[in-house]
Amino acid sequence: MSAVLLLILACVVAALAALGLCAAVLPRRIALLHAVAAGLCGAGAAITLAGTPGASVALPVGLPGMAIHLALDPLSRPFLVLVFGASAAALTAATDVHGPEDVRAAPFLPVFVACMAFALLAADAFGLLLGFEAMSVASWALVLARHADAEARDAAALYLGMAAFSAACLVIAVAMLAMPSPDLTFASMRQHPPDGAWAAGVLGLATLGAGAKAGLFPLHVWLPRAHPVAPAPASALMSGAMTKVALYVLARILFDLCGDATPVWWGVPLVVLGAASATIGVLRAVLEDDLKAALACSTVENVGLIAIGFGLALAARGADLAPLAALALGAALLHVLAHGTFKTLLFLGAGAADHAAGTRLLSRLGGLVHHMPVTTGCMIAGCAALAALPPSSGFASEWMLLQSALAAPRIGGLALQTLFACAAALIALAAALAATACVRIIGVGFLGRPRVPRTAGAQEPALPVRAALIALSVLTAFIGLFPGLVLRLIDPALRHLVGGGIAATSLFIATSHDSPGYAPLAIGVLLAAGAALPLLVLRRRRMQERDAPAWACGFAASPPWLPFGDPATQYGAASFAQPVRRTLGTLMLATEQSTPADPGSPVPARLVAGFTDPAEPLLFVPVGRVRLRLSSAFDRLQFLTVRRTLSLMFAVPLLFLTAIAVLEAL
Amino acid sequence: MSTALGFVAFVLHTALMLAAAPVAAGLVRWLKGRLLGRAGPPPWQPWLEIVRLSRKQPVFAENASFVFRWAPGVVFAATLAAAALVPSFALHMTTAPIADLIVLAGLLSLGRAALALAAMDVGTAFGGIGASREMTFAAYAEPALVLVLTIFTFALLASTTNLDALAAQLHDFAFGLRVSLGLALLSLLGVALADSGRLPVDNPASHLELAMVHEAMVLEYSGPPLALLELSACLRLLLWMTLIGTLFAPFGLGPADAGPAGWLAGLLGWAFRVVVLSAALALLESTLAKMRVFRVPEFLGVAVLLALLAVVFLFVSQGFA
Repeated sequence: MSAVLLLILACVVAALAALGLCAAVLPRRIALLHAVAAGLCGAGAAITLAGTPGASVALPVGLPGMAIHLALDPLSRPFLVLVFGASAAALTAATDVHGPEDVRAAPFLPVFVACMAFALLAADAFGLLLGFEAMSVASWALVLARHADAEARDAAALYLGMAAFSAACLVIAVAMLAMPSPDLTFASMRQHPPDGAWAAGVLGLATLGAGAKAGLFPLHVWLPRAHPVAPAPASALMSGAMTKVALYVLARILFDLCGDATPVWWGVPLVVLGAASATIGVLRAVLEDDLKAALACSTVENVGLIAIGFGLALAARGADLAPLAALALGAALLHVLAHGTFKTLLFLGAGAADHAAGTRLLSRLGGLVHHMPVTTGCMIAGCAALAALPPSSGFASEWMLLQSALAAPRIGGLALQTLFACAAALIALAAALAATACVRIIGVGFLGRPRVPRTAGAQEPALPVRAALIALSVLTAFIGLFPGLVLRLIDPALRHLVGGGIAATSLFIATSHDSPGYAPLAIGVLLAAGAALPLLVLRRRRMQERDAPAWACGFAASPPWLPFGDPATQYGAASFAQPVRRTLGTLMLATEQSTPADPGSPVPARLVAGFTDPAEPLLFVPVGRVRLRLSSAFDRLQFLTVRRTLSLMFAVPLLFLTAIAVLEAL
Repeated sequence: MSTALGFVAFVLHTALMLAAAPVAAGLVRWLKGRLLGRAGPPPWQPWLEIVRLSRKQPVFAENASFVFRWAPGVVFAATLAAAALVPSFALHMTTAPIADLIVLAGLLSLGRAALALAAMDVGTAFGGIGASREMTFAAYAEPALVLVLTIFTFALLASTTNLDALAAQLHDFAFGLRVSLGLALLSLLGVALADSGRLPVDNPASHLELAMVHEAMVLEYSGPPLALLELSACLRLLLWMTLIGTLFAPFGLGPADAGPAGWLAGLLGWAFRVVVLSAALALLESTLAKMRVFRVPEFLGVAVLLALLAVVFLFVSQGFA
């Protein structure tokens, strides 16, 4: 039964790829093709939910003499449900085609989804890498959809460089893993885990390779550049689903293929990098002016939180604390599902705002709530989850993550204990700053008064986009209220990878079976009762409301030529972020240059504020300089004389063969 | 029987929290007045103000959206739900299994975010100032809170952040007197002052708009919504007093199924703790001036560092034990 379902899933993936090719030759039928693709993704999600893990099939293609194996296993199942679900919503929204960039992106969107699903379905190293790299290339094409913009071209170049780096790391890591094993299937690689220095090398390379793709500090710099320039459905999938596929690869290698006897310290790099990503990502999310860039930065934060969960789980598994490892890994995987859902929602909503208001800059948005109440309501639902407010989905996973971080000092060792306590504090800092970022995104971007006239003419997006937004909001609320049901999808993976389960019923999640925990539905009922109480008391003398000009401490009404008031008197994106940038800005290398005006001078006073991501001067600028020097050094090879070129062409194979002969002899 | 008593205790507790919150805030105001040599308004004055406001006609700014109209309800619901979770006079109430400290922090942050959004909704400068400052302060308060939590969960080996379970263990004096506990108390007091908007972080009696934080956010409200927000602010203060009292001086707290006779000791203990903390707050507020806004992160940063120090002390001492 399950093998049949698996074959159907493989057909769904193939059909998605074929739909992409169709979109390339039928540019006028894009809406229809996307609708079909969305239906296929919905069917894929349903089949994945219905199928039981365990089946495996071998495809008659692949490396010479080797088949590609597909399987639905406990770890890939939740990721596959997320990819199919998020893609169904994003493709539904993509049926609303606007401009040439949507047409250009159309063939790649279903192919991108197919590649992600293929990478998740693959049960051998070759299939995994094939799907993963094809996914990178397809998403690169999506970033390049607006190739007339220099910004998009730069972002695509940076993205391609990072993807190449990630591929280089992952191919070597997988090769090191596959070395002792007779073939490339996960089942046999699992039987032959690496040890000692090899294992440490695999840990380092896998963290770098998958981390670069997921957006882990310090390799996160491409996310805030590449995600905003892609069309909204593409950026929704890149942030919501693709980063999760990278995290899947990380979990697959570290938890599964490296065996279950990993030492405690393996968790440390992930916890440190995760905490750094969470802090830097959320700080940038508070400071960014571009709505989609702010959302992309918050993806960096959330990837960091998930990495902390992975790290805690690895450390706890190394210390033989299976329940703690299950709690941490469960928190990470629940956050994968929660974040994948609400981030897709937020990017689609941001795309709707971008289309309606003609800008993504928070400093030019504002007042959209009056013209787009449905979009604003959905954005508030998504932001509540992003800010980890109870009883939303983000809170459920961050509750579990904090619980595991608070229990982690039991692993022992003063240095580790202090590290875990600091990680817990940084998780709380990230949650609080995420709330700040969310209030800024909603408060500046969607509430208040319009800042430019164009925003005042905004309209709700088309029906499919609204439907996708509402469906994702409902899904986010469902994950928030019934995390126990969602954890059932994750539980088999926990038992498979760390040998422990989660103490959760459908209404209750707890740290252990006999301890109290978090009951989102009960909290929801308490909140509803609390909200109903004043309504009941005040109902008897219900008074007519009256509208009046805003009070603002007696601020004069604006003149008639400013119908929305003076935009400068409204708190803006930069002013909202100013306290955070003044107090925590040193982390972001914030710079401020103020030019005060002399008394009586008609010249305006100026304050120019900017910031730099610390990863850029620390890592990217030196690496870029070295690359430039190397390429100019190798440039000389192009201008050799014929004689020298020919001798070089002879010398290189000769040296190569000699090296092989010497190595063989050894 | 015990479930019924637990429910009665829960209802009574919630009603008492609601009824006592404005009185506690009024008590601080009255004590401050006495300390400054004035007669001071009677302690029940905030109640009179809330009732007076709730009788007035609500006036909304022309630009206000549904966010502005619904926010007071959300703020009140979140604060009341949080207050319902903190045990005041009896342990093991009906809400005990869900009375989690992280959930409590989450509910407070829900109220904070809803109010900040409402403040941004009208599009005036003061609302933005208040919202931005309030959200920034929270970024410092929450790490301190979580570090304090680390101390409790680790020291008690409780493997839970459930407030009821923690209070029960603390009541049995399972913790002993520790340096870490003292540092944690200091840190938590700093967080409480910031979160409930008291001096030296925010002046609840301020009339200077540019220095306001909480008052700037509610500037556009009037009538019943304002009454609801005032009540929520009072409730937040009482919640922090009750929480600190329950964690650090849980004497008199008995189980809910001890019945009304058993609750009396708890009620007296709770009243005593609230009066002592109100007096301390009044003394503090009449001796301190409000800080500059950009000094507040330093103040809260000290709270974070104290908590971190307490955590490290604890790990070191446990390592030697």
